Amino acid sequence: MPGPLEYSIWFLGALFEAAVVVCSLLRGPFRRYFTLNLYMSMSFLVTLGRYFVFTKHGLTSPEYTYFYYYSDAILTICLYFALMGLYAIVFEELQAALRLRVFMMLLLIGTTLFSYSVVHQSEARMLTHYIVEISQNLYFVGLVLTYVLWAALLKLHESRVRVIQIVLSLGVYFSINAANYALHNAYPNLRVIWEYLPPVAGMLLPVAWIYAFMRFDEEARLTPARLAVVPR
Amino acid sequence: MMAGVILVFSVAALMQFFVSYCRSLIAASSRRALSPDVQDVIGIERGAKGEDFERVMQFLHLCPERREDRNGIQAIGAYFRLLGAVGKTLGTLLPSLRVWTELERSQCAYFVAVALDRRIAYSRDMLADQMSA
Repeated sequence: MPGPLEYSIWFLGALFEAAVVVCSLLRGPFRRYFTLNLYMSMSFLVTLGRYFVFTKHGLTSPEYTYFYYYSDAILTICLYFALMGLYAIVFEELQAALRLRVFMMLLLIGTTLFSYSVVHQSEARMLTHYIVEISQNLYFVGLVLTYVLWAALLKLHESRVRVIQIVLSLGVYFSINAANYALHNAYPNLRVIWEYLPPVAGMLLPVAWIYAFMRFDEEARLTPARLAVVPR
Repeated sequence: MMAGVILVFSVAALMQFFVSYCRSLIAASSRRALSPDVQDVIGIERGAKGEDFERVMQFLHLCPERREDRNGIQAIGAYFRLLGAVGKTLGTLLPSLRVWTELERSQCAYFVAVALDRRIAYSRDMLADQMSA
């Protein structure tokens, strides 16, 4: 059974997810960052759904386990759309958004088909091992795409603070989750680590986005060279 | 094997994203000048030093908290400790890395000094509102 800490993380996560959408509506960038808000809304609904399934069936029930992993895979796909939206914002002046969207959709379909082929071969063991592998692959592809976007931001000398912070926080989120699923896959006994990391990361992402929406205007800028870890 | 490769790459990417995120927070406040009052209180005029960080944090905890600052300060606090650990371990082997971590730590200290400045201004505004009410 979850303790007060787990319940707090759960509750705060849902609260922050809803707060992102509210802050975005209040500050005005709701339409511009529509895919990000769509993801946060979905995430909020999924959190409510998980809580409902948990109270009805319990934490260790197959219903909860199925719901958890499948909803996580759906959320990851929503996060791809959010990433696509960010690509569109960064490349809007280059008129390359459509080509990028097609490329990312193909990549998403490719990852899904690859994961499906793995699952199809071992249907009986799907939840014990392969669903973790699917999530690991999805998060890893998401991480690579975010990394490419970050490299493009540096290359294009993107200086909008809000865009930079949203992309970087998304990178942190994808990294934590990809590392977490890989850890789960490689060391299934390290339950203490891989059970706690996703909810904590899920709480940090909306907090970072709230900060980016509330603290900075769309036109707030900084010097991009200051961001590179290796000085340029 | 695949999981191991993903784990290593993800941890490396995480470090890079986290450092860049913290630098973006610092960069956003680095151009802001400190008010004369804060300069007097903490004894920092233009540039801060890494060793000022803890002292400024103590002043910061004395002021009423602003919700919008809290997360940024926590992230920079974690970044500051990470830099300290890297400076003390890898920095002993690579002097240039130690210089870089010290420079970053000084910028973290300046970031919290700017946050302190904002909190003091916020407290003054709050007090002025109460007095006028």
